[in-house]
Amino acid sequence: MIKKILILLFIIIPINANALIEVDITRGNLNPLPLAVSPLSIDEKSRKGFEKILKKENIGSEISNIVENNLRISGLFNPLDKKAFLQAPDIANLKPRFEDWNLIKAQALITGKVNYVDDKLRVEFRLWDVLAAKEMMALAFTTVPNNWRRVGHIISDKVYERLTGEKGYFDTRIIYVSEEGPKTQRIKKLAIMDQDGANNKFLTLGNELVLTPRFNPASQMVTYLSYFKNMPRVYLLDIETGTQEVVGDFPGMTFAPRFSPDGKKIIMSFAKDGKSDIYTMDLENRIVEKITNHPSIDTSPSYSPDGKYITFNSDRSGYQQIYVMKNDGSDVKRISFGNGLYGTPVWSPRGDLIAFTKLHKGKFYIGVMRTDGSGERLLTENYYQEAPSWSPNGRVLIFYRETKTNSKGEGFSAKLWSIDLTGYNERQIKTPTDASDPSWSSLLSN
Amino acid sequence: MRLNKIFKNTLLVLAACLVLSACATKKEVATDIQGQMQGDVYTGTDTVEYLADGVPDRVFFATNESILTTASRETLRAQAAWLRKNPNINVVLEGHADERGTREYNLALGERRANAAKDYLMTYGISSDRITVLSYGKERPVDSGSNPLAWSKNRRSVTVKAN
Repeated sequence: MIKKILILLFIIIPINANALIEVDITRGNLNPLPLAVSPLSIDEKSRKGFEKILKKENIGSEISNIVENNLRISGLFNPLDKKAFLQAPDIANLKPRFEDWNLIKAQALITGKVNYVDDKLRVEFRLWDVLAAKEMMALAFTTVPNNWRRVGHIISDKVYERLTGEKGYFDTRIIYVSEEGPKTQRIKKLAIMDQDGANNKFLTLGNELVLTPRFNPASQMVTYLSYFKNMPRVYLLDIETGTQEVVGDFPGMTFAPRFSPDGKKIIMSFAKDGKSDIYTMDLENRIVEKITNHPSIDTSPSYSPDGKYITFNSDRSGYQQIYVMKNDGSDVKRISFGNGLYGTPVWSPRGDLIAFTKLHKGKFYIGVMRTDGSGERLLTENYYQEAPSWSPNGRVLIFYRETKTNSKGEGFSAKLWSIDLTGYNERQIKTPTDASDPSWSSLLSN
Repeated sequence: MRLNKIFKNTLLVLAACLVLSACATKKEVATDIQGQMQGDVYTGTDTVEYLADGVPDRVFFATNESILTTASRETLRAQAAWLRKNPNINVVLEGHADERGTREYNLALGERRANAAKDYLMTYGISSDRITVLSYGKERPVDSGSNPLAWSKNRRSVTVKAN
């Protein structure tokens, strides 16, 4: 369905500059780093070449817009207004006049060049430390022209990584459930888009109810719940070929699926006779294992990134709480003890935190706690929101939020939102339809 | 002066009475809405359909609960009697939750509610072969309102003819 995307990446100049700039992403960033993203320069021949294939007047500007937008929405950077730039893009890429960039208070500068070579898109970019008057990084990519948006995302990731010391999350995709129609008869489809909302595609037609798609952290496979033939079961979908298959042969509803961190197992709930327990299925040898065995509801399982532990949701204490156990189901410990109900625990890809949904006094919260339950921090409060999913670097959460209807039952909507761990940078992610159940992919390129 | 003070006090008392009675009226209105709920279980008939004369198709639950109320058991006994009279009819028990819970937990809760109804039908002689359980979680509300009454209508198990 979606063609395999290959990108050739090679480093031309590895630089070892001692940069003075550093961005601390662990604190609330009320003073994002001012930086200048100079449009990538392009010669007239290349510009015309790309205009013909990509229907974009100036692909150099387009790519730099992607970089600028990514860095802005991260909340850590403040891309400066291009109108204030004094130096032309092509000259800046050769050798910036640092005093000019200093004058507009830019602390970092991104420059670059785009070429049309043998029907390929060749992009080079440089990151400069304006205060130290030094080049921090220089990279070049060659790829098929259609990958131009991804080039913008990869540049953003490289800049983010160089300036924060942590991997970026821009060259990623979001799979989610698209929603349309009245609240009592929602039509739901699987949809996928780039992390910034571009390239939205629908993966199912809406003939049956679909819920909770989740990416395999190791590949571009997806697991989700489908009501195909009115039998709610966990399915596997290969988003490159469009192949779907049901997971396991269970005599009842399977739901709440996720992959193990190595992508080899699916962990999920199986409901029977009013009890829901957690099971795993090995995707290679199809062996099914029962992990929990309790008369309560055990659901929403999520592995730790080393695969040794599982966090899950259970009402065995009488109400929904969060638990952690070893991956064989032993050593079950409750970790949520605050006021209210806790659900949807998701282990951070960094391993240090568990994100959750909390319901307390009629309000829903997205929060994080340490894996032993200490240090609970609520990031956002709303009428209804749930289902956080981590960015691959463990710094941002995406979730969905629903609105309250009016007295006539009108005005319902469901939208995707993201918030970073500081709790300051909350943003709506625009989707063509209403949306819920987002899941963030790993980085497409590494 | 003294008289004046007494008069003032009387006025104050009168005013207080007025305020109190206003409160009482307000409460009555609230009770009217509450008249369709007992605790937070829906007891009205707005959304109820009938499998046959005198056989309501659904039972309602309290928040986060799957316990059958006295009224629910009565409804299910009527359903069981009707199913015994119609041995060729099979049913699907569709379990539902309200919107005030996480999606995955609600799927499990809907299944638990439908199973509570199934168990009760079985104790009244209906074979499990004739009953399929299907949970919709919070996916198919009947009332799209965001208020306690709407939620109470949505916390339900509905018996649907399968053939």
